[in-house]
Amino acid sequence: MAKIEIEHLYKDYIKNDGSILHAVKDASLTVKDGDVVVIIGPSGSGKSTLLRTVNGLEKAQAGHIYIDDVDVVNPKTDIRKIREEVGMVFQSFNLFPHISVLNNITLAPTKVLKMKKGEAEELAMSLLKRVGLEDKAKERPSNLSGGQQQRVAIARALAMKPKAMLFDEPTSALDPEMIKEVLDVMIELAEEGMTMLLVTHEMGFARAAAKKVIFMDAGEIIETGTPQDMFTHPQSPRTQDFLNHIL
Amino acid sequence: MDIPLNSSAKSNMDTKENFEKAKKAGISPLPQKNEGNKTNINMTDGVLIPTKKNKHLISSWRITFFGAILLLVCLCAFVTRTNSQGVTTHPYWEIFKFTIKGAPVTFECTIFAIVGAVLIGTLTGLGSVTKNRLINGICGVYVELIRGIPLLVQLLFLYFAVGSIFHMEGIIAAIIALSICFGAYMGEIIRAGIQAIPKGQIEAAKALGLSKSQVFFNITLPQTVKIVLPAIGNEFISMLKDSSLVSVLALSDILKRGREYISRTFLSLQTYLVVALIYLIFTLVLSRLVGLMEERLHRHG
Repeated sequence: MAKIEIEHLYKDYIKNDGSILHAVKDASLTVKDGDVVVIIGPSGSGKSTLLRTVNGLEKAQAGHIYIDDVDVVNPKTDIRKIREEVGMVFQSFNLFPHISVLNNITLAPTKVLKMKKGEAEELAMSLLKRVGLEDKAKERPSNLSGGQQQRVAIARALAMKPKAMLFDEPTSALDPEMIKEVLDVMIELAEEGMTMLLVTHEMGFARAAAKKVIFMDAGEIIETGTPQDMFTHPQSPRTQDFLNHIL
Repeated sequence: MDIPLNSSAKSNMDTKENFEKAKKAGISPLPQKNEGNKTNINMTDGVLIPTKKNKHLISSWRITFFGAILLLVCLCAFVTRTNSQGVTTHPYWEIFKFTIKGAPVTFECTIFAIVGAVLIGTLTGLGSVTKNRLINGICGVYVELIRGIPLLVQLLFLYFAVGSIFHMEGIIAAIIALSICFGAYMGEIIRAGIQAIPKGQIEAAKALGLSKSQVFFNITLPQTVKIVLPAIGNEFISMLKDSSLVSVLALSDILKRGREYISRTFLSLQTYLVVALIYLIFTLVLSRLVGLMEERLHRHG
């Protein structure tokens, strides 16, 4: 497993009207090897942007992100190598609709890791079994429920045998009754010692699995603490205000 | 295609209502993400493509198709004319026999030009979505330029103006002009097809470590093909009809053979009727084939 260190990270956007939006301002955080860190915050606070800079889906303007001492922000770094080692799960699942569930999972191992087809399928079946969907291997993603699709997406990311996982609001697009099945898979993953950085508002998950909770607002990290401290005695008034709204 | 206005207006209202409802309930109303390929490209030209779902189109297709065939057969078989020497002939049958000999030229132009147009369109479509500004610009100008000039003018320009410098045969000029013209439209179709692939899928593929070309060949291309095939079929139908313009280049296609026949016999009404029926029957057969293809594509996911 790996550790993720973010140091003084800045990310700006130029908005349509020409003004500059500071999406992430001077953000620093560390996810230790095998830790689970949850980022919370109001919408537009830059938490997703911060997460997406970790595997280079967004390019940071300044600062450093070290994954096992390799700097993602450094333009000389082979970003594809980083992406092979850091799995990502998206809010809207983003499964490939034109191929079967099985092929969704085997695609990256066969194309990127050059794994043999049989071997990749064996791996995919074991991962599907792990997320409880081995009977759906031949289905198209559109025939699956949201919760099932998200579990496939997790299996797809795990097929690359990542050292760390990023989750961008993995349960926000799900119906309430499907959230648990996805969270169960995530909690299991955390218990196995996967390094995880998440954006989520599932406080239950944060309490059960997270080592640290980070509160972001307007692009800045306002407060960091254990889930207990954060949820029971938040220090900053902005954190208190936010938690009052969602708890 | 004409989609009844009121139905789209209604569906807009429905989503708005849902939005309001969700707002009241305090849930953030997430946009309904379309995971499958339900993207429809607006077809600007060509005939309606019937599928089993729109029954009224099938029945109108049947009426037109079998009506045209019946009319053509009846005209050929039953209309006779006796000349001053007392010899009885079937004028429509004579016209049909003469004009149908232009069909190979019509199809030759259409088939070669559609291949050319798909090639040019693929390059243009890809060029329009790359991040290279120069290539973007070139493709954009090409599309605007070609779409702004009538096909007939392009044909004449290529054959007579360019042809005065680089001599080329009529059929070559026709195929090149049709390819270039339809390539521009095709480019727009393919661009729209590529852009119809949800960005999230591309991101997911990138996040798995796939290279740009792996993303293109494994994710973008197979889905784009499925989206654009019906539209390409529709362009093929348009092209079959527009290929009649090549008759100005002294190419013996169906229309040109018809005009030759008229110049000898002065049977303009009869000849143009037969020519129109031949084009109509070809076009209807093709539109049915495109409809079947689209149905198959939908059935296979």
